[in-house]
Amino acid sequence: MLLKPTHAVGIAGYGAYVPRYRLPAKEVARIWMDGAGGLPIKEKAVPGLDEDVATMSIEAARNALLRAGIQPEDIRAVWVGSESHPYAVKPTSTIVAEAIGAVPNVQAADWEFACKAGTEAMVAAIGFVGSGMARYAMAIGMDTAQGRPGDALEYTAGAGGAAYLLSPADEAVAVFEGSYSYVTDTPDFWRREYQKYPEHGQRFTGEPAYFKHITEAAQALMEGTGTTAKDYRWAVFHQPNTKFPQKVAAQLGFSKEQIAPGLLVPVIGNTYAGAALIGLTAILDIAEPGDKIIMVSFGSGAGSDAFSISVTDLILERRDRAPKTQDYIARRTEIDYGTYVRYRGKLALK
Amino acid sequence: MSEVVIAGIGQTDVGEHYAFSLRELAFLALEAAIEDAGGLRPDILFVGNMYAPATSHQAHLGALISDYGGLGGIEASTIEAGGASGAAALRMGYLAVKSGAARVALVMGVEKVTDQLGPGAEAVQTLGEDSDYEAVHGVTPNAQAALLMRRYMHQYHISHDDFAGFPVTAHANALTNPHAMYHSLLSFEAYQNADPISEPLNMFDIAPVADGAAAVLLTQPEILPAHFTHPLVRITGSSLVTDRLAIHDRVDPLAFEAARKSVERACRQAGILPVDVDLFELYDSYSIYAALALEAAGIAKRGEGWKLALDGRMNRDGDLPMATFGGLKARGNPGGATGIYQAVEATLQLRCQAGSNQVPGARRALIQCLAGPASSAAVHVLEVA
Repeated sequence: MLLKPTHAVGIAGYGAYVPRYRLPAKEVARIWMDGAGGLPIKEKAVPGLDEDVATMSIEAARNALLRAGIQPEDIRAVWVGSESHPYAVKPTSTIVAEAIGAVPNVQAADWEFACKAGTEAMVAAIGFVGSGMARYAMAIGMDTAQGRPGDALEYTAGAGGAAYLLSPADEAVAVFEGSYSYVTDTPDFWRREYQKYPEHGQRFTGEPAYFKHITEAAQALMEGTGTTAKDYRWAVFHQPNTKFPQKVAAQLGFSKEQIAPGLLVPVIGNTYAGAALIGLTAILDIAEPGDKIIMVSFGSGAGSDAFSISVTDLILERRDRAPKTQDYIARRTEIDYGTYVRYRGKLALK
Repeated sequence: MSEVVIAGIGQTDVGEHYAFSLRELAFLALEAAIEDAGGLRPDILFVGNMYAPATSHQAHLGALISDYGGLGGIEASTIEAGGASGAAALRMGYLAVKSGAARVALVMGVEKVTDQLGPGAEAVQTLGEDSDYEAVHGVTPNAQAALLMRRYMHQYHISHDDFAGFPVTAHANALTNPHAMYHSLLSFEAYQNADPISEPLNMFDIAPVADGAAAVLLTQPEILPAHFTHPLVRITGSSLVTDRLAIHDRVDPLAFEAARKSVERACRQAGILPVDVDLFELYDSYSIYAALALEAAGIAKRGEGWKLALDGRMNRDGDLPMATFGGLKARGNPGGATGIYQAVEATLQLRCQAGSNQVPGARRALIQCLAGPASSAAVHVLEVA
C-alpha cells in the first residue's frame, strides 16, 4: 500500500512563513464569552492588511529556494494547496511561480483538500520528481483561515504555512522513505461556494474524522515501512487545536518530546493547509542527520497523508540560509480584537 | 383479563451514532429484543419517536421499521407524546396485549438526532412545547427548565449546589453501564464550577439528547412456549396523563400535576404505594425536573425533592435507587426512545441481570417518563412475575 516513486525523492529546500500579528485567544473569549470558558490555544497568527495566501506563499517559497540554492527556472512545478486562495478563478500558483522566477516552463495549479491540500501537493510533487518528469517541484501549503465570528473555530483559525522544494534524493536535506494516503467521504467540515465562513459538524470532526483518518494513515505507513513509533525521533500531526495532536500522538505511541518541536498550534493557531507542513519546517530547523520524522496531515472531507522522512547530512549546511520557523514565531506584534476585525475585513462597510 | 409480561428486551448504546441511520438503529434494538425473547414474533408494532420527521426527514416509522425489520406487513404505527413518546408507545402495547387485540406487541423507541447541529438541533427540541405561545418567543426547553429552577430556588430558599445529587448519582451509576453515553464520574466541585447554559442551569443540569434505540416484546404468559427460560417481568400498572401544555397556563408551575396523577393511577392499578417500590427510574432530563417529579410522586415533600439525591438515599444501595443505569443525565436522553430504555433497564433489574448495576433484591420498579415539564407523563409499574 505504500507509495514509493521509481527514483528516490527528497527535500532540497524548505521555507516557513508566519505573519507577524497575533490575536490572543483570550481576546476572542473577551468579546464573545465575557472572558469565560477554556481556550484551545494561546494565540493565533493574523495576516496584515497587505498579506494573503499568494504573498505568504512567495515568502515561504523564497526561503525554500534560498536553502536549496538552485536556479528557479529549473523548477518544473509550483503547486499551492490552500483553502483560502485569494481568487475563486485564477491560480495562486501562477502568481507565486512568476514571483520566484519559475515561469514559463512550469506546471502551476492550486490544490484544494481542506487542511491537507498542501500535503496532497507534496505527494503529487514526489510523483512528478520521482518519475523523472521533473528535477524540481515546489509544493506549498498555506492558509489565512477564517472562522465565523463567535464560532469555536475563531479562536484557532490562523495564518501561515510552508513551502518545500522537492528534488532527487541525492540533493536533499531529507529523503522520503515512503508515504501513504487514507481517504474517505466524511463530511465533517465544509464551505460551499459564496459562503464566507466554513461550517463544521461539531464533535463529528473528532473521532470519525480527525482521529480515524490520522490513525489509519499513520498505522498503514508504519506497517508499510516496517517502523514503530520508537523508530522516529520526531513526529508532527495536523493540529487544529492543542488537544487533538497531543491525543492522537499518545494513541499512536508517540511521546510528548517527539511532538514538542512541531507542535506550533498553541502559538500560531491552526494554519490549515500549512499546519502539518510548518510543523515539519520547525523540526527540520533542529533535526540532526539520521533523524527519522513522521508527518501526518489531515484534511476534512476527509483524508490524511502520512510521510516517513529521513534527514541527511546536507541539513547542516542549508538550514541557516533562511529564517527559521521559530524566528517567525518570535517576530510578534499583539493586536486586539478590534484590530483583528479590521485586518480580516470582518466589518462589511458597504 | 390476562396479565401482560415483558418477554424480551433490546437496546443499542446511547450516544452519537454517526455510522447508523434511524432504521439501522431501530433494527439493532428490534433484533436484540426478538432474539432475547427466543424468536417470538410480534403481530403489532408501536414506535415511540418524536424527532424523526424533523431530524431524519422521516415520518411513517411504523411501515419503515416493520419493513426494514422483516416483520411481514404487521400492524404498525408511530406513537408521539413528546419526550414521553416511548412510554406512551409502551402503554399502547400494554393496552393492545391486555385487551387481547394483539398476542405479541413489539414496542420500540428510536431516535437519530445527531444529524442536526447547533441552532437546528435546538429548534427541533422545542417541537414538544406550545409552539404559538412558548417556542415562537424563543423559550427553549433549557430556558423553561431554567425558569422553573429559578422559581424553585426562590420559593424554597435553596441554592444551585443543592441539585448536585441528581447528576452526581446518575454519573456514578452510568460508570458500569456499557450502553451509557458517559463513563465518567462527576464530582460535586465539577458540578459547582460548570459553565452556565441558561442560568441557573449549568451544563451538568441538562441531560444530553442523543441517538439510540430500545425495544421490548410484550405478551401474555400463556402464549409463551413451555421451555421459555427468562424470568418474566409483569406490567401491573400503566398510565398516561396530560397537563396544560404551556407552563404559564398552570396554576402552580412547580406542581407537576400530570406527573402526580400518572403515579397515582399506575400505583392504584398495581395496588401499591409509590414508596413500595425497590427502584424508581425517574425522568431526570433536568435536575430540577427530577426534584419536581419526586415531589409530584409524593416521595418527597414539596421543596425537598433535591434532598433525597443529595443524602445518597437514591444511590443503588440507598432506600430508593434511581437512574440505576445512569438515567437520562448519564445514560443519555434519546428523546422518544427514553421511555423504552427505562423499561429495558427496570426489566434487567427485576431479572437480576443488571450486573454491577444490580439493585439487591429488586422485585418491583416504578418507571416514569415525562414530556418537557411534565406536559405528558406516563408511568408503569413493573414486577417480578
